[in-house]
Amino acid sequence: MTTTTATETHAGPAEHHELGFIRTYIFSTDHKMIARQFLFSALMFLLLGGLLAVMIRWQLGFPGRPLPAFVRWIFPDTMAPGGIILPEFYNSLVTMHATFMVFFALMPLMAGVFGNLLIPLQIGAEDMAFPRINMISFWIMPVAGFIMLASFFVEGGAAGAGWTSYAPLSASGEWTGVYMGQILWLISLIVLGFSSILGAVNYVSTVINMRAPGMTWFRIPLATWSLFVTAWLLLLAIPILTGGLILLLFDQTIGTAFFRTEGSGEPLLWQHIFWFFGHPEVYILILPAMGFTSEVIACRSRKPIFGYHSMVYAMVAIGFLGWVVWGHHMFQSGMNPLLGMTFVVTTVVIAVPSAIKTFNWMGTLWRGNIHMDTPLLHAVAFVALFIIGGLSGIFMASAPVDIYIHDTYFIVAHLHYVLVGGSLFGIFAGIVFWYPKMFGRMMNEGLGKVHFFLSFLFYNMAFFPMHNLGVQGMMRRIYDPNQYEFLQGLQPLNTFISYSVFLFAATQIIFAFNFLWSLRNGKVAGNNPWKSSTLLWQTPSPPPHGNFPEMPIVYRGPYEYSHPDHEEDFWPQNAPPATSEAGGQFAPAPNPEPVPGD
Amino acid sequence: MNFFWRTGIVLAGMFTVVIALWVKAGPSWLDLSWVMPDNVVSTYGPTLDNAWLVILWITGIVFVATEITLLVFLVKYRHKEGRKADYIEGSNKAEVVWTAVPFVIVVSLAFWSKGIWDEIRDPSLFPANAYTINMMATQFEWNAIYAGADGAFDTSDDFVSRNVLHIPVAQPVVVQLMAQDVIHSFFLPEFRVKQDAVPGMITPVWFEATQTGEFTMACAELCGLGHYTMGGTVIVHSQTDFQDWLAEQQAAAGDD
Amino acid sequence: MDRKPMPGMMVYNLKLGMWVFLLSEVMFFTSLIGSYVILRYAHPEHWTDPGVILNVNLTAGNTFLLICSSVTMVKAFAAIQQGDLKGLQRWLLATILIGATFVGVQVYEYIALMGEGFVPMLDSYHAVGRGNPHEGPSLGGPLYGATFYAMTGFHGAHVTIGVLCLIFVYVRALNGAYTAEHLEGVEVIGLYWHFVDLVWILLFTIVYLI
Repeated sequence: MTTTTATETHAGPAEHHELGFIRTYIFSTDHKMIARQFLFSALMFLLLGGLLAVMIRWQLGFPGRPLPAFVRWIFPDTMAPGGIILPEFYNSLVTMHATFMVFFALMPLMAGVFGNLLIPLQIGAEDMAFPRINMISFWIMPVAGFIMLASFFVEGGAAGAGWTSYAPLSASGEWTGVYMGQILWLISLIVLGFSSILGAVNYVSTVINMRAPGMTWFRIPLATWSLFVTAWLLLLAIPILTGGLILLLFDQTIGTAFFRTEGSGEPLLWQHIFWFFGHPEVYILILPAMGFTSEVIACRSRKPIFGYHSMVYAMVAIGFLGWVVWGHHMFQSGMNPLLGMTFVVTTVVIAVPSAIKTFNWMGTLWRGNIHMDTPLLHAVAFVALFIIGGLSGIFMASAPVDIYIHDTYFIVAHLHYVLVGGSLFGIFAGIVFWYPKMFGRMMNEGLGKVHFFLSFLFYNMAFFPMHNLGVQGMMRRIYDPNQYEFLQGLQPLNTFISYSVFLFAATQIIFAFNFLWSLRNGKVAGNNPWKSSTLLWQTPSPPPHGNFPEMPIVYRGPYEYSHPDHEEDFWPQNAPPATSEAGGQFAPAPNPEPVPGD
Repeated sequence: MNFFWRTGIVLAGMFTVVIALWVKAGPSWLDLSWVMPDNVVSTYGPTLDNAWLVILWITGIVFVATEITLLVFLVKYRHKEGRKADYIEGSNKAEVVWTAVPFVIVVSLAFWSKGIWDEIRDPSLFPANAYTINMMATQFEWNAIYAGADGAFDTSDDFVSRNVLHIPVAQPVVVQLMAQDVIHSFFLPEFRVKQDAVPGMITPVWFEATQTGEFTMACAELCGLGHYTMGGTVIVHSQTDFQDWLAEQQAAAGDD
Repeated sequence: MDRKPMPGMMVYNLKLGMWVFLLSEVMFFTSLIGSYVILRYAHPEHWTDPGVILNVNLTAGNTFLLICSSVTMVKAFAAIQQGDLKGLQRWLLATILIGATFVGVQVYEYIALMGEGFVPMLDSYHAVGRGNPHEGPSLGGPLYGATFYAMTGFHGAHVTIGVLCLIFVYVRALNGAYTAEHLEGVEVIGLYWHFVDLVWILLFTIVYLI
């Protein structure tokens, strides 16, 4: 067992023996390598999730039309005989698209990649608190991913009860025809949960205990703050899901009846458990992107983040409030209407901290000196699209208004605006911004801009009209809306959306090419290509093992851009102050004491 | 080429792509309507549609104001040679204002919602003279169960109407929702009615039709592979026609 | 130049990590216990009075044992705080043996209960209660069995994992890995063990006494 104490110093890079290929690239305990491992894995799953979405849109855009010949051969008759997607396969597609995107793409990208990459470097630590547990946390993901992928190939196919897996539909194969597939889905997520929990333990411990001297709580960059709050949410929410998944697994396998009504089980209990996890989960999916957006907007506007303290408090408030709003997913579930009303109140209140953050981002751009490069464009797109996602949420926060739009495409539009418009664009901002630090090279700026503009265009073309589909009453998870006369008129709009989704998906080829090509051919980055003031950029790209030659000392906050007393338009956190500087609390002393009251 | 020219060309290109695909797919501009469809046929439907509209106005104004501000900032404060940003850390006054104002708006919305919600959902506020129909949702049909001449359920003169719900106009109706197997959701779009039917529970939902005619009944909760086929019809009769229909069904049931 | 990180929580990483991890365990058991509370409230007819089906006395004794093992764990840690390696080894061994006994008694109890028809499955539930003939009427309902085995079973799994970790620590102690200055491994397994004990006290109360 590791017995690393807070005071243990690390041998310098020169004193380390050479690790072999396996210890460097496969079973690495270095947080930066683990971040890369998460990145490559998550991007593969993002691709898979995207392809599943393309198939969904194929069916909705051209109902009953066979898949094109060049892909038709992939799908056996149990999924798409003659290339025509079957209704049961369609149900699996919607289920697995969301499952892969949420659990195997977004969560690893947010927490696995950026938690690992950013936290130690931004707080001035040499690695995570528990490097070996970090490694285990990564390796659980491919194992869980393999189990989930395997579920496509078993008899009955992959789970088809939605990513929300409502019981009793999900509690017994007799209702769906899916037996092993649902069981594997449950097992995969139970396994994957451990990755999140172990990762969260690492992140929380690292941020609390391993900050460099002078890195007080209110000098921590917002990206790390966002990941810290996210880690707490993961720590406390995932085990709830794990418990529920286990009970559902028992219903499926050993014949208990927690959620099966034959034995007085309670279907609504599943919903409560799932959404008690599920709502903090959506904040897990958005908070880091908010952190990345703050970093990028401040840096590329050459301006301090407007209202840094408020930004921190807002994220903490979101973290707390996120626990008491879960019932808004259940307004129409048959739950006691009085309970529903309480959730209306809590749900509208949680809009407020998000609004605060949005205004603060705008305040950061105001009177700035904005460099419109690719990361900034993605970060601003995050704000613009998050505004839409957040405002659409207001409609559904009102329980009576939710009556009509619940389980329609209005909800689908909302969730994709926050998860794609928000999270994914935030992730793009993060990847382009921190790519130089990870790989030592810049991504190509021209390709980056093309990718951005086309993605932004096609994304909005695809998802904005979904609001209108919902207003017209189109339900979710519907294999063929044309079965309903009142929806037949919406086919052209559905087709338009499908074209847009295909184009959006195709545009990602540009990103993939840029990403891979730049690994070898990108412009060499240097330590600090973006001229950022956080500690992460005051070390080589990529950083050596141990990150910093010696533990940095922090003298100021993370967003000292365009400071009037300083010539350059950025001021690294660890640059020693001039001795005559007024207000300098940290005169460079040989053994700096922590700030009293920390 | 300067910034505005470049931006203009990019925007024109984007516009062209959108129009081209729009034409190819063939939707009409009416499909992009943001207001609820015209044909609302229940008493509380217009109240809900009105609530929708109010929220649309508020969010619409906020949307336009914030997005335009964002765009203006991007253009006005973009980097130019020799520019320096202003070192501004924040403003406590601004924080207070943009915390308090949204808070007041959203909390008002919550309290306004309460009245509407109670009217629709609170069982103690259901109309007294409502006509009760039991609805058993199964994979994949809606079975409307009528009490028959004796007015009591679970008696031999009950009769079932498969996938067609017959109701009278201008008379409150309570549907007691049940589910045989998995969760379904009783969705009447034109009535603005939606309520989940959960196995093991009996969930009442009330509404009152304002027009005669034939309307849609749909399932709005994924219930298996036939979920997309689980449609039906609501036939709203005049009150006399409804009595005639009932009598007809009761006679047919009596013959069994 | 000797630079130290910010003091943070003023405890070393491993201990902080264990506390944080235990919070996630609290949430896991909350999920199971919360489900039990909701199911029992919704279907009280599935439960019987305490002691009708479950052997309260035996389990009370078992609870006492587990509490004793927390005492021995405290003694083990106190020993190594004084640098007493032999004491550490002895008290660790005592903790392991008591912990293993606890699990053993639970396994015995499970076998007895299942033999009496108290099972988690819906279709085969036919609990006749203690001392009643096998053909007697079924008491309670399957939710009682399902929640019982879910809660106590996962607790038992945690105890088992704890025992295995204690064995690992014991082997290291036999090899002299711990000293008064270097006892973090002992302290954190102690924390985990006390947590497992606390959860059991809560579970025993709500499962056996209510």
